[in-house]
Amino acid sequence: MSTTTVKPMKPWAATPRDRALTTLSVVLAALSTFAIVAATPMKGKIAYFFVFFIAWLVIDSLFVLQKNGVKGVGNGFAEKLTFLGALIVMMAVSSILWSAISRGAAGLNIAYFTQNMRNASIFDPIGMGGIAHAIFGTLLLIAIAIAISVPMGILTALYLTEIKGKAAGLIQFLVQAMSGVPSVVAGLFIYAAVILNTPLRPSAFLGGLALTILMVPTVTRTSQEVLNLVPRDLREAGLAMGATQWKTVALVVVPAARSGLITAVILGVARIAGETAPLLFTVGTFDSYNFNPFVGQNSAIPVIIWSGLNAGSAESIQRAWSAILILLIVVLVIFVSARIFGKKSMKK
Amino acid sequence: MSLDAPEKTTPQARKITTKPRVSDQIFRGVVTAFSFSALVILALIALFLFLKGFSALKAQGFNFITSFEWNVFVDDTGKEVAHFGLQAMLVGTVVISIIALLIAVPLAVLTALFLTFYAPDRIKKILITVIDLMAAFPSILYGLWGYFVLMPMAIYWAQLINKWLGWIYIFDVPEPIFSRSPFIAGIVLSVMIIPIITSVSREVFSQTPLDRVQAAYALGATKWGMIRAVVLPFGANGVVGGSMLALGRAFGETVAVFSVLNIVYRTNFQVLYTQGGNVASHIIQRFGEAGATEMSALIAAGLVLFMLTLLVNFFANYIVTKTVKSGR
Repeated sequence: MSTTTVKPMKPWAATPRDRALTTLSVVLAALSTFAIVAATPMKGKIAYFFVFFIAWLVIDSLFVLQKNGVKGVGNGFAEKLTFLGALIVMMAVSSILWSAISRGAAGLNIAYFTQNMRNASIFDPIGMGGIAHAIFGTLLLIAIAIAISVPMGILTALYLTEIKGKAAGLIQFLVQAMSGVPSVVAGLFIYAAVILNTPLRPSAFLGGLALTILMVPTVTRTSQEVLNLVPRDLREAGLAMGATQWKTVALVVVPAARSGLITAVILGVARIAGETAPLLFTVGTFDSYNFNPFVGQNSAIPVIIWSGLNAGSAESIQRAWSAILILLIVVLVIFVSARIFGKKSMKK
Repeated sequence: MSLDAPEKTTPQARKITTKPRVSDQIFRGVVTAFSFSALVILALIALFLFLKGFSALKAQGFNFITSFEWNVFVDDTGKEVAHFGLQAMLVGTVVISIIALLIAVPLAVLTALFLTFYAPDRIKKILITVIDLMAAFPSILYGLWGYFVLMPMAIYWAQLINKWLGWIYIFDVPEPIFSRSPFIAGIVLSVMIIPIITSVSREVFSQTPLDRVQAAYALGATKWGMIRAVVLPFGANGVVGGSMLALGRAFGETVAVFSVLNIVYRTNFQVLYTQGGNVASHIIQRFGEAGATEMSALIAAGLVLFMLTLLVNFFANYIVTKTVKSGR
């Protein structure tokens, strides 16, 4: 007896004829695009892009109409439209990234990372003066914000996931409301509450306080998600062994969620690393290092960019682009490390 | 042998209590105390902005919202005269945010649909990462990009719109200056809020019940037919919620808008003209040179902005949590 194996069929797969038609429609669309752009007063890359898209849409729809009928045309239309939407968003992102990289790279050199602006004015050529002091200032601000907001955020998350008290609903709501506080209001608040009322003057510490307001909601919400992922069994096992709730949380729940909690902190840092507006009220600017977080104005990368942009000389704008490139790299590194830690916590 | 039974000792019943140990009491106390930090911070913000803005609010009354003059000077008699009105700034904020939403919502929904239903797995992963990253870009990067890269292009687009649609009032301009207009600020803001709307919409779309999706296919629907009949009605609330979250962000955005907007104290609806208003940018602009009287007015403006964003966020979160968690 001979058995015949049925060859698997894929009726949905594209036949060579379909592929040929797809290629043909793209070629036809490209040809007609050049013809239309040449014949009409339209100009520019964007005109080419849209004319090509419309031409492709029309020509391909004709092929689809011949194969699948009117319903198929609507279907193909929708598919291409969603593709166009995603493409436009990607074009915006790549334009932003490319402008930061291409314009920022020109101003990078050793001095840029090692010197400060004490002996350099905004008109000095690139190569004199750098942003080392601002990098230090930003790190100081981030350290202060972490020191305050991490206990606050993680303890709030513990209240929401472990204690689940009567106020949990209210707290949840308030944390969400807090994540919507505009950054300028956070700065204005510190200004109104501290600088107008006490002898404290703009300093890294006050900047850290303002950033804390923006960081706490991010840390809380992410930690809450992570703590909710810790299996109930672990908590129950801890309690069944006779541990108190405090011991269970400290020795079982938090270690189990450790890498997730680190992710929460990292995402919080990503939220505040590039904030500019609150720092204008609370930190001020300074041309050199200021190692005292409580007294005297300090500098930060976003503020350097801001003042470079407003100074308006070609050199200062070049420095601003270079600083934004560095800030972007910092954010990228933060983002990637958050991803890595996040994946780790998912596996556990 | 006497059989003196040993006296029975019934052990004292162990006292069972649900009273936590001291260590737990301390733990719960500390955690609960810290959990109220959100409440305390929000209350303090409202309190101090109100206290410090009160003198301006009292002096200006309702004019603070309805008038559009913003000046303070010393007149001939040496008396300080102050007019503070936020109308132009408030209207400008709303106009710019609406432009941003009009651009961002269609793009974000299309992107979310593409990601959920059309994109191949590998492209999908990359795109999601890129869009998440976009949400983490510093706002000053958007400002720089908007001013140096987008503006030259956007001016050309504005000229085109003005040429063909100039007969409509909002696209008309009193004189042909198209730079630093609400239109350009709106485009910059739209790029900033696209990731918010996209991620919320994507989450809602991906929660569409599979049985309904398959039912639609079984009835012979095309993919687009299925999306229109099942996914869009299901996800509509989520899209609205995400858009409102984005609106809250758009209201409060400062640096990016300031870089590309020419702030003028006149209520202006002609969106292509180089004249706009924005509460947050206005605070930043005036802050440096403000005296005590004006500072109070700026803090009051901050209070108005705070209340506005709080309100929008409240509705947004209400809609999002309701839709995303329980479906419909």
